[in-house]
Amino acid sequence: MEHIVIIGNGISGVTLARHIRKLSDKKITIVSVEADYFFSRTALMYVYMGHMKFEHTQPYENWFWKKNRIELKKGYVKQVETETKTLHFAEGDTLQYDKLIIATGSKPNKFGWPGQDLNGVMGMYHKQDLETLETHAPNKDVCKRAVIVGGGLIGIELAEMLNSRSIPVTFLVREDSFWNGVLPQGESEMINRHIKNHHIDLRLSTNLKAINSDENGNVKSVIIEETGEELECNVVGLTAGVTPNIDFIKDSGIEIGRGVKVNRFLETNIPDVYAIGDCAEQHEAIGNRRPIEAVWYTGRMMGEVLAQTICGNKMEYKPGHWFNSAKFLDIEYQTYGWVFGKNGRPDYEQHFHWKHEDDTKCITVAYDKNTNQFLGINTFGIRMRHEVFDKWLTEKRDVDYVMKNLSEANFEPEFYSRFENEILQAYTNQLQTA
Amino acid sequence: MSNKLNHSMSLAKPDALDISNKQKVALSAGVIGLFILALALFNTNFPNKAVFLTLSLGLIIGGIVVYSREAYLSKLEGIKNDGVWFKSISSRGVWGWIVGVILTTFYIVLYFFPKYLGLGVDGAENTGLISLFDPLSHLLSGRNASQWFVYGTLYTVAILAFGYKFILKYRHNRYQQLRTVSVMFFQLGFAFLIPEFMYVMNNDLPYYDLKSIWPLNYYIFDEWSVNGFLSNGNIGIALLIFGVLSIFVFTPILTYKYGKRWYCSWVCGCGGLAETAGDSFRQLSSKKMSAWKLERWLIHTVLVFSIVMTAAMVYSYLGYDKNDFWLTRGVFISLVIGFLTLVFAAVMLFKRHELGKDAKYGAIGFFIVIALLLIMHYTGTTDHLFYIKAGALRSAYGIYIGSIFSGVIGTGFYPILGNRSWCRFGCPMAAILGFQQRMFSKFRITTNGGQCISCGNCSNSCEMGIDVRHYAQKGENIVRSSCVGCGICSAVCPRGVLKLENDTMKGRINPTEILLGNDVDLMDLVNQK
Repeated sequence: MEHIVIIGNGISGVTLARHIRKLSDKKITIVSVEADYFFSRTALMYVYMGHMKFEHTQPYENWFWKKNRIELKKGYVKQVETETKTLHFAEGDTLQYDKLIIATGSKPNKFGWPGQDLNGVMGMYHKQDLETLETHAPNKDVCKRAVIVGGGLIGIELAEMLNSRSIPVTFLVREDSFWNGVLPQGESEMINRHIKNHHIDLRLSTNLKAINSDENGNVKSVIIEETGEELECNVVGLTAGVTPNIDFIKDSGIEIGRGVKVNRFLETNIPDVYAIGDCAEQHEAIGNRRPIEAVWYTGRMMGEVLAQTICGNKMEYKPGHWFNSAKFLDIEYQTYGWVFGKNGRPDYEQHFHWKHEDDTKCITVAYDKNTNQFLGINTFGIRMRHEVFDKWLTEKRDVDYVMKNLSEANFEPEFYSRFENEILQAYTNQLQTA
Repeated sequence: MSNKLNHSMSLAKPDALDISNKQKVALSAGVIGLFILALALFNTNFPNKAVFLTLSLGLIIGGIVVYSREAYLSKLEGIKNDGVWFKSISSRGVWGWIVGVILTTFYIVLYFFPKYLGLGVDGAENTGLISLFDPLSHLLSGRNASQWFVYGTLYTVAILAFGYKFILKYRHNRYQQLRTVSVMFFQLGFAFLIPEFMYVMNNDLPYYDLKSIWPLNYYIFDEWSVNGFLSNGNIGIALLIFGVLSIFVFTPILTYKYGKRWYCSWVCGCGGLAETAGDSFRQLSSKKMSAWKLERWLIHTVLVFSIVMTAAMVYSYLGYDKNDFWLTRGVFISLVIGFLTLVFAAVMLFKRHELGKDAKYGAIGFFIVIALLLIMHYTGTTDHLFYIKAGALRSAYGIYIGSIFSGVIGTGFYPILGNRSWCRFGCPMAAILGFQQRMFSKFRITTNGGQCISCGNCSNSCEMGIDVRHYAQKGENIVRSSCVGCGICSAVCPRGVLKLENDTMKGRINPTEILLGNDVDLMDLVNQK
């Protein structure tokens, strides 16, 4: 029986294993050093905030794996020997595979800041990071202040976490407005204000210079690059993006760039070795996507596709229309299609922006100014239907059609106030004045 | 999921969960209010009962109101679940167990030993706690209080005060606010005030909470109740007809249009208490597959039991001779069996493919009911059914289901089993509505394409123990008989994945393996069935 070994029990690896099991009787082993059972990484924040316990982040009960004959091995792979198809573990044992899938996800970026390895400096990615945070920031007495470096999705989640325990947070963001490489300016500025409303000390256009240590090797303070100011703190969160977690295959002959290089079939240069999820890097980016997509949904989609290939129905990774979502403190965010912020915005992309007067809801609709084709939407504080936008994008609807039929896409709970008329009014006025 | 006292991975109690000074004052006020009740319970003879009762209830309500305002209005609108798994009261800690034991003891005394609460027996004056409530009872209906009046008052106070708290907690969510106002209204009006006023107008009518429908109202078709209605002319007959129409006509129509939530989380008193006073315990319900299995066996057993028992009750006071009254025992049994067979045949004809192997269990249940009814008919005598005295049968049903299950376990165990354990495991009304909801309703919880991140907030906050995430992460709509439509899963979802809605029956159940967002050819290949 063919033995499929998957390194990494995140969403990519587990989705793959589940689908292989549905399609075949192959022997499946998932290897992980991080946790005994699959858990939802995106939910770790809720454990620290006390909304859930760690076990609630596990989507499947513990009997699920045995019942589906998916073997779980806890261990750290230190070396992959592709000629003999053998994995060598740090614990000393080995494992033979017929097909190997690398699904090891990411690790937090560190940019060589002085003091970046001190006690109390951490990312927020692995289960172990959560444990570290519990040790260094259990409450506001132990942790008098925390400094977060890097204004992205993980940074704002970490800020929310610390805030839930009344730990004062200083949030250093390199850009002049929160996440404005990705978000259009109106949205980004609304989130700036929302962060400040939560009494988080947001410092824009601010970089970290160094982290200082006390006599025990613990974090004592940080120095700000621009002003030289010293901020006393007990915890420093490094959340300036992630990078593929692939150090262990550096000498294996598997081709790597920043991630594991794969073709559209998610195959590496070595036969029977594949890579999916955050750690996979496409030779050529697909459409507007980045070569490395460190997103929950894309990891899951790669798992769904690769299962077909492994079970004999060779299939390209051909993702549909882009979508994503996040939550910035109390404000939910969804995106469908492409809406660009500062970075990489094409010339033809024009935006219509509407913001509600309460400053917690807004949308940005992107369209082609030459053809009027609808390109995508960002929506903040208003839930919208994935299915409807997916259909409109496929049908290549024009922006007028989308604006007139926006209520069809509404996904808000019953009895909520609706804003489609107000939005349409604003859109029409803008056209008249333009 | 597990009962272990593992307070997350927290090493120290997070400071943010400490309460403010204002909250401490509010808490003290509430405790003083409760202390007055405790003093009354131990027979302190208050000089002016009306003043002390007002003071006590006022302090309790005021304490809850001030506490909640301080807790929620000082923060921005949003989900307020910080620390629920750290706090002792809401994570089966010491306080949780203490409150559980106090509540359970209260229920046992209430149902079985009301004299300890001060109920005057055989015309004697009330003493103790019950006498403290005499002034209010006199004000409303001119009679002395009973243990049920005391219970009803406290129950209503709890729903109103904690309802206010819940409205503040979800002040950004109009669905939550409206349904909370609704349960507060139905409790205060229909369960508490109207029955008292009905007594004032016509004191022979049996106590009738109009919104309490058979089989939740398990005694409505008992002999004393039916006689009470029949001996009160048109109003009584109208009420009895309303009771019959409620279950056979109104309920199926409303459940078809809106799902069982119209009752369970908008009208019902048990649901009302669970959603307001019980809200802090919703995360404690077990999401295990084994709990779901137990639930399905238990709740349907109770349903079978209550159908057979009610049939037996009615049967016991019907005659044999159709000249006395057209509804004889024979006619009645034929009607019951005929109706059940009709429902069973219709389900098997139209819904068999949806049920899969559950159809077998349904069939077994159906034949057990029919067999029991036939055995009863052919072995029953004038005053013995199933070889047991009819009166004993009825009181057994009242004690085991009405008291122990719904009160002692259902509410007493809030801090241990979660706030809906009665609704989930024991309520026969929920079983009927759930059956309707699963088979024939426009209601579902729609999942939003591929947006789920499997975080588990939805499952964690489901008071009915539904593993909502199991469906959401597959992009599959949630169509479950137990769902009471409280809407909290949708509220807490950080990615906007869940929406309660009424739509067409077609495509309501949509099992998928590949989620929206992936290659359309792959979706077609895998999802075609």
